[in-house]
Amino acid sequence: MEETGRVNPSEERLRQLLIRGLAGDAPAYHAFLQDLSAHLRAYLRRRLARLPDEVEDLVQESLLAIHNQRHTYDAGQPLTAWVHAIAKYKLIDLLRRRAKRDLLNDPLDDEFDLGSSADTEAAEARRDLGKLLAGLPERQRLPIVHMKLEGLSVAQTARITGMSESAVKVGVHRGLKALAAMIRDDA
Amino acid sequence: MRTDELVAMLASGAGAVQPNQALRRYAIAVGWGALGAALLMVALIGPRPDLGAAVLLPMFWVKVAFVACLAAASLLVALRLSRPGLRLAWVPGALAAPVLAMWVLAAFVLMRADPAQRAQLFFGDTWNSCPFLIALLSAPAFVAVVWAMKGLAPTRLRLAGAAAGLLSGAVGTLMYSLHCPEMEAPFIGFWYLLGMLIPTAVGALLGPRLLRW
Repeated sequence: MEETGRVNPSEERLRQLLIRGLAGDAPAYHAFLQDLSAHLRAYLRRRLARLPDEVEDLVQESLLAIHNQRHTYDAGQPLTAWVHAIAKYKLIDLLRRRAKRDLLNDPLDDEFDLGSSADTEAAEARRDLGKLLAGLPERQRLPIVHMKLEGLSVAQTARITGMSESAVKVGVHRGLKALAAMIRDDA
Repeated sequence: MRTDELVAMLASGAGAVQPNQALRRYAIAVGWGALGAALLMVALIGPRPDLGAAVLLPMFWVKVAFVACLAAASLLVALRLSRPGLRLAWVPGALAAPVLAMWVLAAFVLMRADPAQRAQLFFGDTWNSCPFLIALLSAPAFVAVVWAMKGLAPTRLRLAGAAAGLLSGAVGTLMYSLHCPEMEAPFIGFWYLLGMLIPTAVGALLGPRLLRW
């Protein structure tokens, strides 16, 4: 809220993309997530210098978290602070999960700056979200497969699956939350 | 799944998001929590028999205002802690203000009182049941507020749990004050606060487990 410091053009561009995305503009939202993943990767690669294999998994986990919690973004708030808080939360959660070894030596509080660095080179994620997806119950998995992977509309998905339109929407929403929970509890 | 595939999947068909969800969830939670506390109060202990006369006394409204201010301030704290990256800033001050005001009033009352009366002003007649009844009446709001918070994204889980506990404590106390016969500031400034701190402590204890996402 009372974040001091400059608002750089890159942050402002991303913020506009997110705000349009939250209003239902899917291409803007896609561009937002695409750009954001590069920033997240750079940020997490610096924080996880000793665990390079974890970086891409955590990028994906953070993206999923940002998507699932996107309703908590307030348009008056600096985007950097919001993204940073989520990425840091997931990073700490990961480090905690990875036990008490001396992984916590790196300071986590360096500036997270959407303007400075980006890393577009995605490594292979070790965890396959596609496989985790297959483990979801049908009423969540089918809406995700039809709507999110095949790009069908709510109405088409409802027709194919025989579910009601609201059940399709709920299925997508709950399915993505369940996916995040599976990641959290399995790693 | 590659990351750009994940991005495409998340973005595809992601419709518009309802604005003001945090506020809406808390309105629902506080509403149900207050209703639950009111029902518990009526069923278990009942409103004070002289409620009609009590509402004419200024001290009754001082008591209600004290609790209402704490409820409002803890609602602000909970709202801020429910969303990533928001600072608490001046809000803890808003939480401390009603407590300090009540303590100043209590000190004034105690100083002016006859020393023989002071223990009675502090302990009243119900000190040994008040904090526990408050904690009991807070239970419905506690469940509702944790539900509201779980649908948002708190990142400081212990603190967020404590804020949820304090908010539910204040909601429970608001209903309890319709039962409670005590009207003295020293009593309210200590035993009411102690009652609200019980769900606060429970929230701080359970927060990391209940609120993780």
